[in-house]
Amino acid sequence: MNAEIRPMRTPAEQGLSGELKNLPLTGDARVRALREAAAQAFNDNGLPHRRVEEWKYTDLRTLMREALPISSPAQSAQVEAHARLLIDTGARRLVVANGALVPELSDLADLEPGLSIAPLGTALAAGGDLVARLGTLEPGRYDAALALNTALAADGVVIAVAAGAVIERPVHVAHVFSGKAAASFARNLVVLGEGAGLTYAESFEGPEGVAYQVNSATEFVVADEASLDVVRMQEDGASALHLSTLLFEVGKGVKLNAFGFASGAAVARTSLYARLDGADSAVAFNGAILLKDRQHADSTLFVDHRTTGCESRELFKHVLDDSSRGVFQGKIVVRQPAQKTDGRMMSRALLLGDDAEMDNKPELEIFADDVACGHGATCGAIDDDLLFYLRARGIPLKEAQSLLVQAFVGEAIETVANDELRDALVARAEAWLKARA
Amino acid sequence: MPAVQETVEQVRSIDVDQYKYGFFTDIESEKAPKGLDEDTVRFISAKKGEPEWLLEWRLDAFRRWQTMQEPKWARVDYPPIPYQELYYYSAPKQKAAKSIDEIDPEILATYEKLGIPLRERDALLGIESTGGEGSGKARVAVDAVFDSVSVATTFKEELAKAGVIFMPISEAVREHPELVRKYLGSVVPVTDNFFATLNSAVFSDGSFVYVPKGVRCPMELSTYFRINERNTGQFERTLIIADEGSYVSYLEGCTAPMRDENQLHAAVVELVALADAEIKYSTVQNWYPGDSEGKGGIFNFVTKRGDCRGDRSKISWTQVETGSAITWKYPSCILRGDESQGEFYSIAISNGRQQVDSGTKMIHLGKNTSSRIISKGIAAGRSDNTYRGLVSAHRKATGARNFTNCDSLLIGDQCGAHTVPYIESKNATAHFEHEATTSKISEDQLFYCQQRGLDPEEATALIVNGFVKDVLQQLPMEFAVEAQKLISVSLEGSVG
Repeated sequence: MNAEIRPMRTPAEQGLSGELKNLPLTGDARVRALREAAAQAFNDNGLPHRRVEEWKYTDLRTLMREALPISSPAQSAQVEAHARLLIDTGARRLVVANGALVPELSDLADLEPGLSIAPLGTALAAGGDLVARLGTLEPGRYDAALALNTALAADGVVIAVAAGAVIERPVHVAHVFSGKAAASFARNLVVLGEGAGLTYAESFEGPEGVAYQVNSATEFVVADEASLDVVRMQEDGASALHLSTLLFEVGKGVKLNAFGFASGAAVARTSLYARLDGADSAVAFNGAILLKDRQHADSTLFVDHRTTGCESRELFKHVLDDSSRGVFQGKIVVRQPAQKTDGRMMSRALLLGDDAEMDNKPELEIFADDVACGHGATCGAIDDDLLFYLRARGIPLKEAQSLLVQAFVGEAIETVANDELRDALVARAEAWLKARA
Repeated sequence: MPAVQETVEQVRSIDVDQYKYGFFTDIESEKAPKGLDEDTVRFISAKKGEPEWLLEWRLDAFRRWQTMQEPKWARVDYPPIPYQELYYYSAPKQKAAKSIDEIDPEILATYEKLGIPLRERDALLGIESTGGEGSGKARVAVDAVFDSVSVATTFKEELAKAGVIFMPISEAVREHPELVRKYLGSVVPVTDNFFATLNSAVFSDGSFVYVPKGVRCPMELSTYFRINERNTGQFERTLIIADEGSYVSYLEGCTAPMRDENQLHAAVVELVALADAEIKYSTVQNWYPGDSEGKGGIFNFVTKRGDCRGDRSKISWTQVETGSAITWKYPSCILRGDESQGEFYSIAISNGRQQVDSGTKMIHLGKNTSSRIISKGIAAGRSDNTYRGLVSAHRKATGARNFTNCDSLLIGDQCGAHTVPYIESKNATAHFEHEATTSKISEDQLFYCQQRGLDPEEATALIVNGFVKDVLQQLPMEFAVEAQKLISVSLEGSVG
């Protein structure tokens, strides 16, 4: 508010600017220009701090103390030992280790008709219409995490589903980090043709004691009448810094259902940008975030209604133990042409630890008059009456708490359509509660 | 023919130029030289015959203000304010009036036209009383502020009998320096924000209220602010102190002439509630909103804050915002005392090209504090209406409770309604609930009313009144009636 502050560059910013001098060489002139523009934007703006409204509660300038060197390729054996998330779900698993797709660990055989999968590096080298979509979903404003990803991510996965093809078996991209503390960048592109269908799962994991940094971005281009389910599980190691960006471009008549589960990383930030360009689509973005110790997790959403008759639903549940801190920022924008929009956003937090903190900022920005939009936010401790009810029936305190927390996060997890993935999420939540008790 | 007459009225009402307080009173006034520097601050201080400490306080604020930048985070867009082109002090040229009969008849006429009785006799008889119905019973003591000075304060003697001090702040500085010095700037610090600091440097007049221990103020207190002179800013400062166990209800009203250029109003209001005290502060803000093209109107940058300093104290803000080209206003409560309570009830209506960015802050510091926010925003025409609010619980705010409800109504497809709440809880036992909705007037409701013979405009007014009922109920009787009328006037021309 006072005098303009032009902050000194932090060691992390200096380190990152150093990395940005050697941009990856993959991609054509357009991709090269994107990378250069992103690098320039970072050099101009640096890491976000608390005066940057979108990062108000996640002051990356303070939280990111140093820039780590970009990770070298991981060893397959190590990766195999680490990759444990969502393995029994029957999904087609693609392993991205330290930011690069590892073909020998990935299930690339017998692809269903209409499904194509390629490493981003290879796809960029080959060029073509598909990779021409890369970077086209980026929001018009500066986002430090995304800029770094655009500039530095050399690999990831490109998945395309041809028009009309409905892929029954979920595709699971397992991001695994292994080795010494380093930074890894991965960029994925998922393109669904008209009327296509896909369940896309994404997981993140790595060693507990290593302070590594993960920066992932995934762009989803969803054409008219397509149907996309997204399930994410963020279980990065307890010392890790996790930054991820999800970008959606939604056509008309689309069914989109995205769910994110997170209980990992020391500091995590997930930004989600959804642009609803086509009429009469129904989208849902839900999440369950379970934190303990001094973990910090920030979920920030921008849902941009640009045309008529779309429905959006957001439900986020935070369970905060010890001194953890949950952040939810959700913004529904309804532009003037987006009449008949129906938007509902809900954020609920349960504070278990005395020193836990929840920051909620649900926003509505509405320029169309014929709409029904609303948001709600609550936070508080477990209802004493409910606890009493259970304890009066002989259930010990911890167990009673667990039951109530399970029911609380269950409401969000229930929104996942795929049975195996949902069961895996429920099991993960139960394991978290068990570890607590 | 009545039909023709109706058509004419209909056409006229499509403009937002329905502002009925837009007249100008032609009286001679004395102004400070144009612009703002240390000499202006000294000039104002000298005019008021202020003690040295206050001048120093002002100068300190002015020096700090020069290093500050105007805040840009609000969702309002306005041309740069030419701070050096304004007059920071303007007073009607006359000797200080000892009694009502010595006041310039022009000024008296102005207030009469505004419906504010300055003659106690009239007020007692209930002639032209503020409300209409119910007048004669309810008496209201009025402090009338005209540009930079207070021209009259009614019922002073009667209030003094109860021990209540109600006078212009410039007078309070002379007569009760110990109280002013103790509390001035204790709620809104000098450097709180750009506009509050500017106010601290150049504030001219405003009301001072002190309600002693255990006293229930015998009547409603009110201040009526009138900007009259061209190119002047109004910088009033109000300080209300409710000592232990006391109660006071305070009303504030404001109007200004219609002018093509914008005028600045940057006020600071500080409330202090000690243990078991209660302050109820109601505002009907009806500054000139500018014409339908957004030309002219008041820039209203106001800092209002209440400090529930004592245990079990209570501060309640109620506001009806219909005027101003730009509204930047966040009446807040600091809930410091244990079991203290804060309330915020607001109706903000914007039409034409008005921009409203308003809301509240409820800062829970003490144990078992509770707060309640009910905000109703109505946007019509090409206006933008933003609710921006903060609810926070400090680590030690065990058992804090908040309930927030903010609803927005859109009338027409050229306006915008926005909600930006910040809800920060650092205590597990704090319990916060927030809900917000945005919608338009339902076609079913309109159809129902029209079917029963109401025209669309009447139907809209009826539905809007139902929408804002929660807040109107919080207003004192006289104000509720006025506010209701104001709402229908503000929305005129927004349908069809």
